[in-house]
This record gives sequence, structure tokens and C-alpha cells, in this order.
Amino acid sequence: MDLLRFITAGSVDDGKSTLIGRLLYDTKNILADQMEAIERASKTRNAGEIDLALLTDGLRSEREQGITIDVAYKYFQTPNRKFISIDAPGHIQYTRNMVTGASNADLAIILVDARHGVVEQTRRHSLIASMLGIPHVIVAVNKMDLVGNSEDAFLEIAKSYTELAEKLSIKDLTIIPVSALNGDNIVERSEAMSWYTGETLLSVLENVNVLKDQNQEDGRFAVQYVIRPQTDELHDYRGYAGRVQSGTFKKGDAIKVLPSERESKIAKIEFGGNEIPQASVLESVTILLEDDIDISRGDMIVTVDNSPIVSQDIEALVCWMDDKKTLKPGNKYVLQHGTARSRCSIRGIEYQIDINSYEKLDEVEALKLNDVARIVLRTAQPIAYDPYQKNRANGAAILIDETSNVTVGACMIE
Amino acid sequence: MSISVNEASDIQREISERSAPDYLDQLEAEAIYIMREVAGQFERPALLFSGGKDSITLVHLAKKAFAPGKIPFPLVHVDTGHNFIEAIEYRDELAEAINAKLIVRYVEDTIKAKGLKEQTGKNASRNWLQTFTLLDTIEEFEFDACIGGARRDEEKARAKERIFSFRDEFGQWDPKRQRPELWNLFNGRIQKGENVRVFPISNWTELDVWAYLKREGIALPSIYFAHERELILRDGKLLNNTPVIEPDPEDQIVTRQVRFRTVGDMTCTAAVESAAATLDEVIAEITISRISERGETRIDDQQTEAAMEDRKKGGYF
Repeated sequence: MDLLRFITAGSVDDGKSTLIGRLLYDTKNILADQMEAIERASKTRNAGEIDLALLTDGLRSEREQGITIDVAYKYFQTPNRKFISIDAPGHIQYTRNMVTGASNADLAIILVDARHGVVEQTRRHSLIASMLGIPHVIVAVNKMDLVGNSEDAFLEIAKSYTELAEKLSIKDLTIIPVSALNGDNIVERSEAMSWYTGETLLSVLENVNVLKDQNQEDGRFAVQYVIRPQTDELHDYRGYAGRVQSGTFKKGDAIKVLPSERESKIAKIEFGGNEIPQASVLESVTILLEDDIDISRGDMIVTVDNSPIVSQDIEALVCWMDDKKTLKPGNKYVLQHGTARSRCSIRGIEYQIDINSYEKLDEVEALKLNDVARIVLRTAQPIAYDPYQKNRANGAAILIDETSNVTVGACMIE
Repeated sequence: MSISVNEASDIQREISERSAPDYLDQLEAEAIYIMREVAGQFERPALLFSGGKDSITLVHLAKKAFAPGKIPFPLVHVDTGHNFIEAIEYRDELAEAINAKLIVRYVEDTIKAKGLKEQTGKNASRNWLQTFTLLDTIEEFEFDACIGGARRDEEKARAKERIFSFRDEFGQWDPKRQRPELWNLFNGRIQKGENVRVFPISNWTELDVWAYLKREGIALPSIYFAHERELILRDGKLLNNTPVIEPDPEDQIVTRQVRFRTVGDMTCTAAVESAAATLDEVIAEITISRISERGETRIDDQQTEAAMEDRKKGGYF
């Protein structure tokens, strides 16, 4: 059994929390005491019926305002798969939270209210899902019960969404008519919408192939830490600890260390101190090399015949996340890419993307919170990267404010 | 070494036929990655160790992350003086077995040194006071990162906390000013005096921890398994019969066969009636259990709807 991480995004009142609550409830993942707590809370707020949305509302300030202010994680499972649900708020001012949640998602559920169809926030959420390279997108057209479960209403929304998706790079799209409130087409097929013959939401979640999404070709291994026990019996032991970001590594593979360009061969791969034959994507292992070369945290081990780009000049899409300061050409930050950190300076803003109309805006002087733009930057040390859309793990980077140390930008290197 | 065309396509075939990875392997790889980020990013990290199953899991993961080397940080325990003796014994034995540095600081000492006022009466606990000792210990050793065994499935405030959770110089968590946490790029940059709490098993559920303990053959303190014990029956919950719990006229003293599902302070951890004597039996019971872990065993969370949120804002881990 494997693990699927998915994010749900929707406007305020699209019924996102109800949808998650419904998934948990219909897959029997709500425990008795949690149910009692919800019943209690539903009563105190005069909600009358049990409000499944209360399952995902965590913090007191959220409960008071009836909104979700931060990314929340929920865990559930079916006999076929384990799920991590990432709940990203729909509020305009919290777009940065959706980017945060989307960065680790294998799949996105984008909610559309059947009464309103594709709205500004749908466009925004779809752009973010596409920009962050989420491989699978489900559009859940919710509240179908409020449009009389009409097939025509659904088809019209599906058509306008498909037009929108064509402008984006969404690889795998499924559109499903649902009612989270009544549980239609979430876990159980809907009787009220017998015209719908496609899969239920849960069925898609259980069956998408995540393994295929991973980059199995480009051998990339960012060194996190050097293990040197320096004991008598392990006097010369020098193991490079890290996680395979993409591709596969095997004993005997010819490798290259970046940015130094020194070459060697893999002498041994270990896990938990024991030798293993090979290491695949996302495995945390320790690599030992045949030659004693100088490698430290921040260096990258790559297969010798398949190199990333090594450069100090980088172009990237950035989502700006600082609510206090703006990004302007000339500003300096710390760029964190893999395990490498380098100071960098912003050389220019090529254009900003209007995340609602998808238009490119020229001559932008500064980026504010939640702005998305293509920027050019120069790093103090060379960075070994792949384009994000080709290799998510090695094309992602963050910008850190040098004085406050806050993470202020999400970069997708192009 | 060059790969011939045939060999390359063999590799492709092998990859496409590879079965989906097991979720425990995925969670383990993520936790090891996080541990190594701590070792790589911080000068003076520590692992908060209580002798409970979650921190036992952490120690095991740390061993794997840095093998064949030693764990490159000390184990730190804030001892409330209200711990189960079995957990304390386990703690000392484990630290010795893996040759780790163990630092123990006592809430009792903080109470005396600072003249802190303890809670009194029914359900009094040192849960809140241990924050003072923890912050003092962090200051004493200048720890810049503390690894903890909290999980997001435990409690709703924890469901919103980052894996690298930034704390100001007072140890406080501010849920509205958390750093965005993108991809697996953890930002551990801090100023002197600030620190980061790191939760490598954030994405594990209770059942994942049990399944992992079983798969890895990790020993646990005996109180996790069914045994006979004298207990205080109070408000439907079974508490260990110990002098550190202030008696209440309504208390009944009973003897039952129980196990502990979580191991915190004796004052706020309830036992569950059970005959499960092995890991398999415990897992079977938890799988069919209809009550959440903290709901069943924690008295400290049930005082208000936002009990954990408030404690964390005050520097609790």
C-alpha cells in the first residue's frame, strides 16, 4: 500500500471542508470521540445538523471566523491506499498557503460551485496547480443538488473548464459532478445523477498512478550530511547522506560531483548501515565513493552521463510570499535549492502573470504578497538545477530574507 | 562506465515494473531526510526523548539516519517527576545501549529555583510547568533545534504546525506567522536565541507508528502491554494509583488488566482496559478502536477546545 498526497482548493463556501469531512465520514475514518466533539460543536453554534466541515477547522481563530487560515493536514486510509489530505484555504490573502500545500501534492482537487461555475478563484487555483506541476487534477463540481442535479449545468461547466485547462499544462484532468453535503459521487455513486457514468472521487484518488509521475531518468542526489564515525574500526569511513531526488543509483555507477565536476564511481550504497544494491527516487540512503574527494553539504552527486544545468544565472517563476516587503530588482536574498544555499541578487522582473486572466504584465517594478512573476536572478555560487517542469525535485527553490530569515519566495526554475 | 542501449532499456523495464513503494518506507525515508536536515543545518540540535513510543521511534530513525556513525545530538528529557518508572528505566537503558549523551533536567528543580506555583486539586498536572524547564534547558545548552515526536494526526493544533516549527526567543509558536514550508526545502535559518522545533514524524498516524515498531522489531517499555495494575477510577478514566495524583473523594481504587496507549505524565495519562500482550494484539485493538488516541488517554487536552493551541503558543512542544 502506498501514500497519496492531495490538496483541496476552492473558494470560500465552495464546501471544501464539507468535502473532506464527507470523504473521512464515508470511508469510516472518523472516530467516535471526534464525531461526538463535532456534534457538540455543531450544537453550540446552532448549526442544527452535524457539520462535517468542523472536522478540518483547527485553530480557535478559525472556528471563531468560520474560515481556514492555514494549511491543515488530515490522514485517512482505505484498504487500497493511505492518504494525506492537504487543506488549503480559499481566501484571496492566503494564496501563498495554497502554493505551500501544492508543492508537495501528487493530485489537486479543485472545487467549483455548480451554481457559479468557473470563477476567478478557479482560474487562480488551476494556475497554481499547473505552475507547481501537480500531475493530476480533479475538478469537483460541487453542490450539484442545488442545480437540480442537471447534466446540462454540469456539461457547461465542464466545457468552460476544459477551455481554461487548455491554456495551462495540466497533464491528467478528471471532472466529476458531486454533492459533498449529500455524499453524491464522493465515495458512493449518485442515484440522483444516474446520467454520470464516470468514476467517483474516491475511485480516482485510489487509482491514479503516482509512481509514473516521478522522474526516474535523471540521477540526482543532494548531499545533506557527511557521515564520518572516526572510530578505530571505521577510521576511513566517509558516507554521503542524502535522499535520491530523481533517477536511480547503483553500485559501480560513474558519478560526477557538482559544482566541482570531479568524477568517481559508487563503491557502495548503504541504508541504516547495511549495504543495499540500489537506491531509487525518494529513498534516504548513504553513498560511498571509490575515490576520496572533497564533498560537503550542498554538493550534488549526479550520474556522469546525465548532467543538470550548472549556472549562476537563473530564470524562475516566483510566487512572492512576504506581506511586509516587496521584491524589487537589486534586492538580495538567500536562495535555498536542494541542500545548497547561496546568496543571490534579483537582476530583473521579466513580467508578472495576472493569475486570474493569465495575461503577462510588463514593466512591473515590484512584487507584492501573492504576486506571480518571472524573474531573473544571479547566485553567488553556481547552482546545479533542472527545469522545474521536467524535474520537480531539482527545479524547486526558495528565497529567504537575509535579515528576518523568513521564507519569502517560492521559485520554479525554468 | 557507459550503458549499452539494451542495458538501458532493461533498466527502464525494471523501473516501470517496480511495484508501488510501501507507505512505511516512504514515511521512514521522509523522517530520515528531516533528521539529516537538522544535523546539516544546525549547530546544536537535541532530540527530546521521553521514553514514549513516538520518541522511541525517533531514536530508532536517528540511528538509521546516521549509521554506522553515532547519533550526532544528545537525547534530552524534561523529567516532571511524574513519569512512569518503566519509561524512565527504558530511557536510561536505551541511552546507554546506543552510547548516546543523555541530558535530564527536572521540573522539580525549576519549581524550586523560580518559586513556581504548582496546580493543585483534582487533575493537577505539571504539564504546563514543564515548558519552563524545557526553555531553561534550551538556554542552558544553547540548543538551536529540538527534535520532537509530535504527529499531526494527534490533535488539531498540531495538524497545522510546520515540520520545522519556528519559535521566537520565548519559545512561542505563532500559528499566524508560520514560515511557508515548500517542497522538502526546510528553512532552519534563525537568529541567536531563537530555535526551531522539528517534527520528523509529523505525517505519521498512530497506527503507522505501531506498524513501524512492529516491522522494525523495536522493544517498548512494558506499560504499553497488558498487565495488572492498581488504578484510580475517576470520571470514567483509569489513572495510575500514585501519590503524585491528588486524591479526590469520588475516586475509586480498582485493580484492572490494562495497557497504556500513550505514555505521558501519570497525572494526565489514562490507561485502557486491554488483554493485548503483544504488538500484534495492540495493533489489532487500535485498528478496530473507535476512539482517538488523545481522546481516550489524555486528560490535558479535554479541558478546553483550544487547550493544545494555547500551550503551544506559550512554548510547549
